[in-house]
Amino acid sequence: MPIEVKRLCHTYLAGTAGEKAALKDIELNIEKGEFFGIIGHTGSGKSTLLQHMGGIMPPEAGTVIVDGYDFADKKQRIEGRKKVGLVFQYPEYQLFEETVAKDIAFGPKNMKLEQEEIDRRVRRAMELVGLDWERFAEKSPFELSGGEKRRAALAGIIAMEPGYLILDEPMAGLDPAGRRAILDMLDGIRRETGCAVIMVSHSMDDIAAYSDRVAVMQDGSIISTGTPAEIFGGELDLEAMGLELPAASGLGNLLRSKGMDVPEIYTMDGMAEYLLGRRQSA
Amino acid sequence: MLKDITLGQYFPGNSFVHRLDPRTKLLLMSAYIVAVFIVRNMWLFTLVAAYVIGVTAIAGVPVSYLWRSLKPLRFILIFMFVINLLVTATGDTLFEWWIIKITTGGLRQAVYISLRLILLVSGTSLMTLTTTPIALTDGLERLLSPFAKMGFPAHELAMMMTIALRFIPTLIEEADKITRAQTARGADFETGSLIDRAKAMVTILVPLFVSAFRRADELAMAMESRCYHGGEGRTRMTVLKYTKNDLKAALSMALLIGIIITVQAVA
Repeated sequence: MPIEVKRLCHTYLAGTAGEKAALKDIELNIEKGEFFGIIGHTGSGKSTLLQHMGGIMPPEAGTVIVDGYDFADKKQRIEGRKKVGLVFQYPEYQLFEETVAKDIAFGPKNMKLEQEEIDRRVRRAMELVGLDWERFAEKSPFELSGGEKRRAALAGIIAMEPGYLILDEPMAGLDPAGRRAILDMLDGIRRETGCAVIMVSHSMDDIAAYSDRVAVMQDGSIISTGTPAEIFGGELDLEAMGLELPAASGLGNLLRSKGMDVPEIYTMDGMAEYLLGRRQSA
Repeated sequence: MLKDITLGQYFPGNSFVHRLDPRTKLLLMSAYIVAVFIVRNMWLFTLVAAYVIGVTAIAGVPVSYLWRSLKPLRFILIFMFVINLLVTATGDTLFEWWIIKITTGGLRQAVYISLRLILLVSGTSLMTLTTTPIALTDGLERLLSPFAKMGFPAHELAMMMTIALRFIPTLIEEADKITRAQTARGADFETGSLIDRAKAMVTILVPLFVSAFRRADELAMAMESRCYHGGEGRTRMTVLKYTKNDLKAALSMALLIGIIITVQAVA
């Protein structure tokens, strides 16, 4: 059973002068094993929606159902929370243990697993995020580099073996090579474990290149859901929503305005392939 | 949980009291504290209380705010009252049973101590309610600056207070974020024994400390890159200036203390 979000609402500072509706009647279905991207301008409600799907906030109206657990009910929410792995922005700030291995074991330990199972999961999670056991297991997490810390924090969530990995800007503050590495890693984990990846990002290029489906949020509502082709295909005026186009779409528009006939391509790799193919056939 | 902490309980306004120079308020506060401690007469206590209520009315601060500042004090108040009532043994005996002996002197002492505490806290709360924390540290720095010549770090002290105040909301927000992140990893802060809960707090405190040190480092770097080198030769955006209002306020306090001293000298 997938994640179902039904008529979900959330209001910040309800009943005060600063009242602000962060989510309005959100309807969303996310399938198992899918790579789902969420885009939207700052303050459009993306992070709030993620926290609801992660079971951290109680739904105010409507509900979130994950694998049959109804998050409107507190007991079911606490139980169902184990099915989702929620990764906050800058997850490295939650590291606290003496060693990397102990920190990664924190989540599985809270799930009251057997010690053997915990060890197995820690090793596997470290392998999945690309941290060598021999080198990193006994290191203090505070000695790691920025990118390694991020991986260690991600491993802490992955070790809980969630069916859904929910990430809020997992690449924030990383250089292009680091971004690519995290994205490839997430996609690899998805293929290997079959968990769904739900990701918020400001980078349209990354969302366009990796997502199976994309949702566009504005002012607490979902404006549109569809495949990257549908979202970035030109019908939706993303720029009017304060979002930029993927670089490839921008290039396509530019070439078209110069009189070149280019189809709608929204990934740089695809665009490069098309242009090279065109040159060869010419 | 952490959102319940209210610090810097400033009540915004533009009254006579709000507009007073923070230095005046700090000095008058010291005078007021002395006044509260020299009072030894029920009528004069009423006079001091009337003064506080008068200032509250001029400041336009709701009395409920003063009441709220007294609330955390209730246990200390009861404790002080009972201790003074039982320990002091002067004057006539009002009541005696087993080892408990209540005297008129004890009763008077207990009532005076309680009144002093109440007046002390409501008076000082009135100051923090009508002065922004930044104005207070500014005033403190100016008041202490004469001692800087003797090597007292007045500017540094004020700067530290300002920075501490500035980062309280930031740290609360950060603690909240870390709490949510650890909850997502299955940490439980709400159930379990006291020891379990204390252990759960470690998962918040360690990242919080790490980030506080990181912030401190970054702040130091940012200040240095803007050529901060202490208070020497530093000019201010808002220059503190005494006005006629400050004189009026000082006169009212002088009058209050004058009455107290004369009445008690005569009696």
